[in-house]
Amino acid sequence: MAMTIHVDIVSAEGAIHSGQAEMVYAPGEMGELGIAPRHTPLVTRLKPGDVRVDSGKGEMEHFYVSGGILEVQPHVVTVLADTAIRAKDIDEASALEAKRKAEEALAGQKEDFEYAKAQAELAEAVAQLRAIEKLRKTKS
Amino acid sequence: MAGAKEIRTKIASIKNTQKITSAMEMVAAAKMRKAQDRKEATRPYAEKMRNVIGHLAHAHPEYVHTFMKERDVSRVGYIVVSSDRGLCGGLNSNLFRKLVKDIRKQQEAGIQVDFCTIGSKALGFFKRFGGKVRAQASHLGDAPHIEQLIGTVKVMLDAYEQGEIDRIYIAYNGFVNTMTQNPTIEQLVPIAGETEQELKHHWDYIYEPESKEVLDGLLTRYIESLVYQAVVENGACEQSARMVAMKAATDNAGNLIDELQLVYNKARQAAITQEISEIVAGAAAV
Repeated sequence: MAMTIHVDIVSAEGAIHSGQAEMVYAPGEMGELGIAPRHTPLVTRLKPGDVRVDSGKGEMEHFYVSGGILEVQPHVVTVLADTAIRAKDIDEASALEAKRKAEEALAGQKEDFEYAKAQAELAEAVAQLRAIEKLRKTKS
Repeated sequence: MAGAKEIRTKIASIKNTQKITSAMEMVAAAKMRKAQDRKEATRPYAEKMRNVIGHLAHAHPEYVHTFMKERDVSRVGYIVVSSDRGLCGGLNSNLFRKLVKDIRKQQEAGIQVDFCTIGSKALGFFKRFGGKVRAQASHLGDAPHIEQLIGTVKVMLDAYEQGEIDRIYIAYNGFVNTMTQNPTIEQLVPIAGETEQELKHHWDYIYEPESKEVLDGLLTRYIESLVYQAVVENGACEQSARMVAMKAATDNAGNLIDELQLVYNKARQAAITQEISEIVAGAAAV
């Protein structure tokens, strides 16, 4: 029997996958990673992309992650997947949004609410587009 | 008798209310089950994360991240998790009562307090109570997503990193069982004690990129996942509290209807008796 390694893919909102694999491919921040059993212990950040699990039965399972962290221990591979697209500017925008919402709610003002909301949404959408574009580049 | 008709309309209106409350009870019961599942689903992530952080902290005892470092406290931050809607019994007010007690204690010790609210009930409370609300998130719906919380948590963590607040607590309702919710206040940052667990093995990891950057991202996500867990757990509490409250309301409406029905029957009977005696008296007079 071929050697296998246990793979856990979990996100904050629930477990995504758990099982044995002959090989795991993941989009590491410093480049694509292929992890075979007995890979050296490793911790890395992941880019948005595809995590592929080769279960050895001729099947390849695909999981999309929008980033996260990958940990390799001698017998276990753990993918801590993000469910949200994370980039510094997206995080920043949502932080500002949360702040603005609080200020607005406390002041009880609603005047330029729509405008500011639209602006924040636009910023978010642009940032997401950028992330998707990057994703495409890395794929092609 | 004039009362009979009024009583009848009253009974009808209470019956309508009862229908609504019993529907809400059933909805809450269904939602509660889902919320509990959601709560269970968050567990593996936080556990795995705690393991990795434990390993990292073990492998790098010399590097202590800001999120792990205790420092002198002059200002603390509370992340308050509440429900968005009312009609859930004393759920929110119990939490706020406990929170206010805690805040008073802090203030007596000369420590200032900032807030960050999740859920519109908490926001409404601090509007009345006063205090600086740094950030808020509300209307998360029944299935909250972690990206709805990233901004709020980041505001607090940034404030912590810049030294504006020296400690972050989280206040939420802990789910014990359907009947009991336990208002809980926990310290969130600095992360307390959890990294000192005994490790049987540890490995020299290769880090990509630097270990510090990895740890940084990891800790932020860990804290976010803890907040998310609290939000989900509070959601389960909200539904179960609502279910219990609505059940009580339905029962009360039933009792009220029974009593009114009795009064109505008496009034009706009295009216009939009176009518008969009037007819008999009239016949006798002829």
